[in-house]
Amino acid sequence: MARTLITVPQDAKRGDVVEIRVLMAHPMETGYRVGSDGKRVPRNILRRFTCRLDGEVVFAAELFPAVSANPYLAFPLRAERSGTLSFAWEGDGGFAQTETAALNVA
Amino acid sequence: MRRVVAALALGVFASGVLASGVLASGSAQAQKDPRRSGFDDMSPATQAMQQDDTQNPAMLFVADGENLWKRPAGSDAKTCASCHGDARTGMRGVAARYPAFDASLARPVTLGERLNLCRVRQQKAQGWRAESPDLLALEAYVALQSRGQAITSPDDTRLAPFRARGEQRYRQRIGQLDLACGQCHDEHAGKRLGGSAIPQGHPTGYPIYRLEWQALGSLQRRLRGCYAGVRADAPPYGAIELVELELYLASRAAGMPVESPAVRP
Repeated sequence: MARTLITVPQDAKRGDVVEIRVLMAHPMETGYRVGSDGKRVPRNILRRFTCRLDGEVVFAAELFPAVSANPYLAFPLRAERSGTLSFAWEGDGGFAQTETAALNVA
Repeated sequence: MRRVVAALALGVFASGVLASGVLASGSAQAQKDPRRSGFDDMSPATQAMQQDDTQNPAMLFVADGENLWKRPAGSDAKTCASCHGDARTGMRGVAARYPAFDASLARPVTLGERLNLCRVRQQKAQGWRAESPDLLALEAYVALQSRGQAITSPDDTRLAPFRARGEQRYRQRIGQLDLACGQCHDEHAGKRLGGSAIPQGHPTGYPIYRLEWQALGSLQRRLRGCYAGVRADAPPYGAIELVELELYLASRAAGMPVESPAVRP
């Protein structure tokens, strides 16, 4: 399991636009680099990030080799209701990881 | 009556002079330290990345380090916490004092070496290799506990000869480019080399997350980078040359606040 840092504001009021921040430990190996043995290092990147609120997609992003290691994503979300936010990363070599965090709206 | 007013005016004038005198010495004091952390010359975006723990990628390693602190290792199955307790109190200010003298090795050791020595001597476990992710993670976690504290290289007479050799290395021209550290970091600090700002070279934030590396790295990795930059043979990790240089740099940066784990471009 890769390490993640997820920041969800805990003092949101109904209708507020809040910023959700996610940071994931990942090498984002481009596939264009050559290792010390002269062989090409196989590509290993995250391809897609999806954030869902109770199953409904609220934000999604595609990632490419130009994205740096340990990708950091921040996006705005209008807080209409409380619920469970799920964060899913998919990547090369069948990489898949999902984390969850509670969104509490006063 | 007029005389009294004049005396009053004189008094006001005199106190005005006094006040401006105090102000002048105050600003002189603020300007007295010409040393700048690499942080001061970074772009606002990179500065924000370091200052906000939710953006700082080094905090991913810190979270790993916190786990390692509490994880039993070696034949005695001891954790760091078994001896040192809570790192937030037990490790406060520790990183600000390294490199420090180790009596049994009779030489200074860096914070990373100290962690490994503890691992071998107390936990009876294998030491980590230099720059391994686990070592850097634990180092970052320990260094974080000294954030904001002044760098205080130990006032230990046994360190003096090592520090003197470190300073000598700092002034020694090396490599095909025939450059000494000070020629860039003292004489041309604040100017640019290619596209990059030349910092004064104060080790305030190690281990750092360097954007160029896309990873966390130690001061020795940074020093070895400079050796390669002047086309010199870099000493291997853990070599006494690098530790002496670290020791001199720590005393050169004495009093500057620890920023670990910092972000650098």
